Parts: sequence; structure tokens; C-alpha cells
Amino acid sequence: MTLKEKQDRPDEAPAETGRAETGDGERATASQRQLVWWAFKKHRLALVSAWLLGAMLIVIVLCEFIAPFDDRHRDSEYTTAPPQVLKLWDTDGPEGFQWGLHVDGYTSTQDPRSLRITYEPDPADRVDIGFFVKGEEYKLFGLIPWDRHLLGPEDPDDPMYLLGTTTDGQDLLSQLVYATRVSMSVGIIGVLLAFLLGIVLGAVSGYFGGWVDNVIQRVIELFMAVPAIPLWLGLAAALPPDMGSVTRYFIITTILALVAWTGLAREVRGRFLALRSEEFVTSALLDGSSRGRVMFRHMLPSFSSHIIAALSLSIPTMILAETSLSWLGLGLRPPAISWGVQLQDASKWSVLSGAPWLLIPGLVVVIAVLAFNFVGDGLRDAADPYKH
Amino acid sequence: MSEPMLEINDLHVRFPVRRNMFGRVTVENHAVSGVDLTLMPGETLGLVGESGCGKTTLGRTIVGAQEATSGSIRYDGQDLTQLKHRQRGRYRRQIRMVFQDPFSSLNPRMTLRQIIGDPLVTTGEAKGSELEDRVAEMMRRVGLSPEYMDRYPHAFSGGQRQRVNIARALIVRPKLVVADEPVSALDVSVRAQILNLLRELQEEFGLTYLFISHDLSVVENIADRVAVMYFGKIVELADTAELYERPSHPYTEALMSAVPIPDPSRRGRTGRVLLPDDLPDPTNPPPGCAFASRCRYAEAGRCDAGTVEFEDGVRCVRTGELELQGIVKTDGVH
Repeated sequence: MTLKEKQDRPDEAPAETGRAETGDGERATASQRQLVWWAFKKHRLALVSAWLLGAMLIVIVLCEFIAPFDDRHRDSEYTTAPPQVLKLWDTDGPEGFQWGLHVDGYTSTQDPRSLRITYEPDPADRVDIGFFVKGEEYKLFGLIPWDRHLLGPEDPDDPMYLLGTTTDGQDLLSQLVYATRVSMSVGIIGVLLAFLLGIVLGAVSGYFGGWVDNVIQRVIELFMAVPAIPLWLGLAAALPPDMGSVTRYFIITTILALVAWTGLAREVRGRFLALRSEEFVTSALLDGSSRGRVMFRHMLPSFSSHIIAALSLSIPTMILAETSLSWLGLGLRPPAISWGVQLQDASKWSVLSGAPWLLIPGLVVVIAVLAFNFVGDGLRDAADPYKH
Repeated sequence: MSEPMLEINDLHVRFPVRRNMFGRVTVENHAVSGVDLTLMPGETLGLVGESGCGKTTLGRTIVGAQEATSGSIRYDGQDLTQLKHRQRGRYRRQIRMVFQDPFSSLNPRMTLRQIIGDPLVTTGEAKGSELEDRVAEMMRRVGLSPEYMDRYPHAFSGGQRQRVNIARALIVRPKLVVADEPVSALDVSVRAQILNLLRELQEEFGLTYLFISHDLSVVENIADRVAVMYFGKIVELADTAELYERPSHPYTEALMSAVPIPDPSRRGRTGRVLLPDDLPDPTNPPPGCAFASRCRYAEAGRCDAGTVEFEDGVRCVRTGELELQGIVKTDGVH
């Protein structure tokens, strides 16, 4: 039914009433989620970013398999080796032209005066590379023992450092894969914690109003009045240095969440205040729903997409906070690896001038942060499919 | 004469407007100030009045969406004003409300199945296929095809949405339905359909209606008795035909004169009573008759002092002295 016809016949005769617009039946039965997805798909940049984040999630889950080496792998023969170029064929081998995935090995030269060793790719030294090669053993998902890696040298002792190595002779790519798991999960878990706190307190504050609202708002203001960076620094510096890295990881995440929840609590409160006077809320109460059911079953779903948008927009802040803390040496510490820990290596100019590839983790941070922002923007625009 | 179904006694509802620094209410808005009303089983009582007169607040207080400040609402031997949200259980199902706005009263994130079935789900009365059967049954009764059960409200027109609202109210088999301006938001063409539907359902389920409206022609069409509300008080209560022919309160007369007359030849026979826009301040009600400031029959010294009692169905000092003009019935078809 076209719009024109719809206007001409605002309501059919009783015999045939109840006929919804039959032309767009798909839209009529589409759930909120589907409508948001249809709107989101139109946002190209957000869609690409979403795929990128999806790929990062796979890296998080399968990081042991994807990383060519273990996170403790250290090759003291090759410290600060430059990145290698992945090659598909070989022309200077002993048999002339030859297919085969490989990288060039390294030759080392030592500066006679500074005694510094520098590495150069050596086309004569061919390192064959294969998919699903045998490498170091690990436990997939922490359970299944396996020793296959997605990509690696056919001979596990050969050097394959696609993004170069660190000053300690660790494979930058493998480290980056492990760091992605840590940094992304700090962001995601931290934001989830903050949201749990923010949604519950914001909902209670906005729904009940009165003195409850007053108390919660003053607490939020108190949290907001404390400057975030000194608070992080203080809390992180108070942690004992000999703490295990897992405990440290969770404590850092919690600290970040404690600072981040206030903004969301305010947003949720505002929504609840606005929705409270809607008639569907009154009617839900009259239907016999308890207040909790009205809040979390009737009201919250009506702006869940806004919440998801706000969520993806606040993950970058969290990731950046963790990165800066770790970079300063106050967040996570080696042997734990995060993007910030990795960047510590790149903080000295003398090192960086000879090994610019150490900045690659910084590039990954930028990409991840931008991707979350684009996805958040896309979701925010798509969040209200009924507005037109 | 049978027992009244609902008895409202001296009901007051006030809203805090301003508080002092200790949280004490210093300024209050008197939305309902001393309403007495009884509803007989099976009747339709129309409640009319201009916007802001407290009629919606009265309706909301009856269904429990608003707390009363004082007074009582007796239903089935129980004073409803004394019940907390959790205790209302049974009464919540026997007294239901149909909302005015068909758009904001339906949760856009729920399908018709969820919306209409919600009262049954919260009480645990029906589950699974029984729930589905009852929702389908109710949808058919209000003229909606059950095949649209899984659609969302945005796919429906205003009239259809109001049918959903009615289905939601009636699915728990209530006895009393408070209909708060159920047709005001609808096109005139759809209005008659919904009114007919309400009338059919009343007969079928033996319902009692409190029909709140600002539209006198709609109320005339559906109500057995009509209560006129002004400034938080009932100013006149009478059988519909009597009220429309011989109003006893000057305010009722003014309302009547505002009803458009479809027949051009009859227009102009009765002059329109234009009311000055001089509503009293609801936070500070004047002594005497609240309508005195706008009433063309008001007499200084008599109308603006003391309290005016509600006697013989009218709240006016000059009852019996005035010749008031009702609506001249057009002959034949209406």
C-alpha cells in the first residue's frame, strides 16, 4: 500500500480492520534489532570498522593459534631485527625462478666502533613459510593442547619476524597479537563493568527520583570532580609491585571502570526521566508489572541501541587509558603484554631511530580506537529507526 | 436499586509544586479537590470538562496510577486508596484503563502479542499456547486479525492502535474500564468505529465505563449519565438527555454552546457563550464558586464567598433562578 493510499484510508471498515500495511510486511514484523541493522548497513565506514573489530575479536579468541610464536619466545640471536617481506616466489635461488611462500633470512654486521649489531635481510638465505606449521605447544582456549600455528617457518628454529623484533629479540607480530587480547579485553571488560554500575544506578536514580536521585547524583558529581589521571596514577601506584599479572590486570580494569561509569549513569538517568511519563510505562505498571520489570523489561529495551552505541564510544577511552597507564609503567607490567607495555620499548629515541617498526603497536591503537568510534557513530545514527 | 460498583468520597489529589529547603511542600496544585461520584454496574458515566480540570487525574487515581492525597474510593468493600502497588493485584485486573494517546501508550519495542498478553504474563495467568489463544481471541474481538500478532505497533494506524489498547485492557476480563479520552486522538471517521466497538464490548462483557472526554458530542453518544467537572470539582451530574436539554450549571451551558451544530439553518439561534480566559490559580483556589470569575450570571457577594454545596446534582448558588440554554435537538437522524 502506498503512502497516498494509506492517507486516503486511515482506517478500514470494521470488517477488514486490523490490516496492517501489507506492502512492507517485512518492515512491520522486523524487530528493533533488524531495523537498526538495516540502518547501520548504510553507514559504510562503520560497517568496515565493524568487520575490523570482528577480526580483532577472532584474534583475541584464537591468539595462541594466530601468533607465530609464544609470548615468552625470545631469540637473542636476532635483537631489533627489521621486518621481513613476505615473498611468493624466488628468482635468485639455486634453481632460478621458484614458487613458494618464504621470507629472506638475516645477515648481521657489527659496527666495529659502537659494537652495535645491525641486521639486513639476506635474499640468499631463504626461510620457507607454511600454514598450519608445527611450532611451540600451547593450549587453545586454555584447554586443548595443540602445537599448530596459522603461519610460521617450516623449521621452527628459522627466523620469521614479519614485523621485526623488539630490543629483547621477541617477535613483534606475536607480541602484538597477545597484546591485542589484553588491551581489547581491558577495554571491553572495563566498559561492561562500568555499564553494569552505570545502568543500575542511572535507572534507579531516574526512575525513582526524589532523594534517591539526589544521593546518586551527588555521588556521581563527587566521582566526576576527582581528576581522572591523578586518580589512576595514585591507585595504580598504590598497587604492590610484586603482584601477579592476572590480579594486576583485573585491578587495573576495575580502576578504569570506577572512573568511567559516571557518564553513562547520567545518560541512563536522563532517558529514564524522560520515559517515566510515557503512557506505556504507566500501562505496564497497570498491567501488574513490578517496578523492576517495568524498568528493565519495558523501559531499558527502548533505548538499548543507544546504550550499545554509548558502549562502543566509551571503549576507546578505556583502551587509551590502559595504554597510557602501561606506557608510564603504572598499568600492566612485563611479562604481561599490552599495547602500552609494547610502546614502552619505543619511548627512547636512540632505540626508535634504529627501529621505527617498534611504533607499529601505536598504529594498531589508533586503528582500534578509530574503529570503535566509527562503529559507535554508526550505531548512534541507526539507533532510532522510528524517528522518521 | 442495586449496589453502586464504585463509590468515590471526598477525593483530593494534590501535586507538590514547590518545596522549601527541608523538603516540605509549600505550594501545591489542587488537581482534584473533593470529588464525590458513584458508578452503577453496567452504566456508562461520561466525565466532561476542559483540559486541566482534573478529569484525567481522577481517572488515573481510580486505576491506581496516581496516589490520592485524601478521601476514599470504595470498590467491592475495599478502599482502593489504601492499597500499595503490590497489594492491588485483583483490583488491578478488575479496573482497567484505556489510554488517550494510541502512540505513546504502546511500547514500540514490543509486538502486539507481547503488549496484549502482558497482563496475563505478569499475573502468570496464561503461558505458551494458552496465552497465544487468548491473545488471538481478544484481537479478533476488537477487530484485529490475529495474523498480525507478531507485528510491532509502528505498522498500525491510530485506530488500530486504539483497538490494541482496548484489547490489552479487556484481556483480563475487567468489570470497570476507565477510558481516558479514548477517541480524541483519532480521525472523525475512525471515532465512530471505536465508539461502536466500545459499546459492543460493553454489552458482551457487561462492562461499566467511566468515559472521560472533553468532547460533548462523543459523550452524548455513549454515556448514560454525565458528570461535568470544573477546577477539580464535579459541578453538575445528570442523565445525559436531561443534561443536554436543560443544563443547570452556567459552566455546562457554556460547554454546550461550544458544540458545533451541523445544520446551518439552526445556527445562530442560540448565541455562543464565550468564556473569558480567566481560570483561577490551581495552587491557590479562590473562595466561593471557582467558576464565578468567568460566569456571566455571577453575582458579587453571593458567588465569590463561602462554599458552594453540591445539591440536586448541581453546584451553583443560583440554582433555580436561571434559565439556561441546552442543545436544541435536531429532529431525525443524528
